[in-house]
Amino acid sequence: MAQVQLNNIGKTYPNGFEALHPTSFEIAEGEFTVLVGPSGCGKSTLLRMVAGLEDITSGELQIAGRVVNNVEPAERDIAMVFQNYALYPHMTVRKNIGYGLKNRGTSKQAIAQKVDEAAALLNLGDYLDRKPSQLSGGQRQRVAMGRAIVRDPALFLFDEPLSNLDAKLRNQMRIEIKALQRRLGVTSIYVTHDQVEAMTMADRIIVMNAGRIEQIGTPSEVYHNPASTFVAAFMGAPPMNLFPAKVTDGQVMLGDQPLCAAPAQGAVTAGIRPEDFTLDATGPLSMDVQIIEELGAHRLLHGTLGAHSVTVHVSNDISAATGLQRLSVRPDAVCLFNATDGKRL
Amino acid sequence: MKRAGFTTVSLPVLLLLPQLVIIAVFFYWPTVVALQSSFYLQDPFGFGSTFVGLQNYIDLFGSREYRRIASFTVVFSLLVTFFSLAIALVLAVKADKVLRGARTYRTLLMWVYAVAPPVAGFIAVIMFNQSWGPLTEFFGFFGHDYMVGVNFNDTAFSMILASVWKQVPVNFIFFLSGLQSIPRSVREAALIDNRSASGRFWDVTFPLLAPTGFFLLIINITYSLFDTFGIVDIVVKGEPGNNPMTLVYKVYVDGFRGNDLGGSSAQSVILMVLVLALTIFQFRLIDRRIHYT
Ligand SMILES: Nc1ncnc2c1ncn2[C@@H]1O[C@H](COP(=O)(O)OP(=O)(O)OP(=O)(O)O)[C@@H](O)[C@H]1O
Ligand SMILES: [Mg+2]
Repeated sequence: MAQVQLNNIGKTYPNGFEALHPTSFEIAEGEFTVLVGPSGCGKSTLLRMVAGLEDITSGELQIAGRVVNNVEPAERDIAMVFQNYALYPHMTVRKNIGYGLKNRGTSKQAIAQKVDEAAALLNLGDYLDRKPSQLSGGQRQRVAMGRAIVRDPALFLFDEPLSNLDAKLRNQMRIEIKALQRRLGVTSIYVTHDQVEAMTMADRIIVMNAGRIEQIGTPSEVYHNPASTFVAAFMGAPPMNLFPAKVTDGQVMLGDQPLCAAPAQGAVTAGIRPEDFTLDATGPLSMDVQIIEELGAHRLLHGTLGAHSVTVHVSNDISAATGLQRLSVRPDAVCLFNATDGKRL
Repeated sequence: MKRAGFTTVSLPVLLLLPQLVIIAVFFYWPTVVALQSSFYLQDPFGFGSTFVGLQNYIDLFGSREYRRIASFTVVFSLLVTFFSLAIALVLAVKADKVLRGARTYRTLLMWVYAVAPPVAGFIAVIMFNQSWGPLTEFFGFFGHDYMVGVNFNDTAFSMILASVWKQVPVNFIFFLSGLQSIPRSVREAALIDNRSASGRFWDVTFPLLAPTGFFLLIINITYSLFDTFGIVDIVVKGEPGNNPMTLVYKVYVDGFRGNDLGGSSAQSVILMVLVLALTIFQFRLIDRRIHYT
């Protein structure tokens, strides 16, 4: 059963700006869905409409089988974790976590028990009587999580919850959040502009661009079969290499070298992931390597291929040098896109 | 760490001098003079003075009239403070909801702030004019013959109304900016946690407004005690007689009308002690209690 269902949900702000074009998708029960896209593409707008913090301009929203378009946020059976945590500064950690329960008529005893459980789960036991101002960023983040999980809602919403943390803590919390979600099995929508977070945490990724959905798929689908040049360039670090190419005699030609069989005629865009190239003395392509980036386990070679810049990923057991190198590509690793609208062919 | 500093003492003293002189001439000197003359009985016609020790204070506390005016001042201050704060808070909460209109709303309310207290008092006098004041007519509908300056309660009501009206805008501005400085996400978190709007107000908004509210409480008490002088003066029209007045106004009446400089000075010393106590209370509490970040 779909836990969350959007039917042609659209959003136009009062100033006339259409932040979200009508959009439909479903999220299955227990699924961890990540909304990813560049800044300003409408991720928060979409999430906030699901939360009820923003009016829905058009379409129908269902949560757990109930249409909630006109239902107050507090009645939607959701919990949300905000980017800046949004803790109540005048309440202790214990009160912060218990506040939502208190307003739902839970008994004092039950609240105390649930708060203690959540605190134990999140290692917050020692901080229950502190105010948020006396906590570190990571601890505040945990309190915000605690406030969400005690409620045992039908849906978790996260709006860039890790973006205020340093890189190390972010990696750690990423794993903790994912593990927690697995354990609790609560359907989740997680907004981020960090494609690494999206790839590592998601059961399913929704890639957004300028108020539209570009692609919905598992991390592997989105990575290996991008639906558009936008997705190809957005997902992956470094992103997919994109080359303008021509089709002649049923072959896609990069410069004067055939890459793979062509499904269409005319101009196309060929996309190749950096790791799909191999250094091969007998390869057909010739790359001029200008910079070698050492990343420990592997290396990135930056340079040009014909007139286009290119990045190639090689493992560190392969020796590499600047200057001309020959490359080969498996034909099935090439993704072809329409040269005009960027859609996958 | 290296600290920038003055090598001589004379330069900083020189730089501070204008401020120090102003404080000394306009604050400390009058204070000392008031303190001093409160121990003397001044001849009403300016022919010297006699040292009487604490007699002025003893007379004051023994005076039924002084006690009556003191209790009126307490009631007056409490009412003015309460209504100025409460009305401003309600208006600010409403204005905060319609953020878009808030600017016009704010400007309109701010205008009243620019009105000088005597003018506020004068407007009140016009509103309550015996023969054609609109509010007098309004009360007339209910069969009440409203008489400012004659009927004690009517006069007191006019004073309170004008004082509240004058103070609401300042409070409104502070409350509104206090409300707007509450992070949006905190209110949104409350929106998800609590379905009742009044519950959210008392549990989240009000506590977060407390620092502003407390600051305003002190400001308003001070205002109602001291800054309402101009309003009282105009409403009473210099005819104290049987009319209500505040302690500050009595200092003026006794000192400049009654030429009892000694007694008047003793009264102002008492008021100074009151202000001192309020200030200490304010700093104590602000340090202790109401601080979150
Ligand atoms: N209240 C509003 N009125 C008008 N336009 C708005 C409003 N809020 C957001 N927008 C616009 O809607 C678009 C989407 O905003 P949104 O906050 O959803 O972006 P986002 O994808 O969450 O970006 P980020 O990653 O920076 O948080 C932006 O172009 C923004 O300028
Ligand atoms: Mg956002």
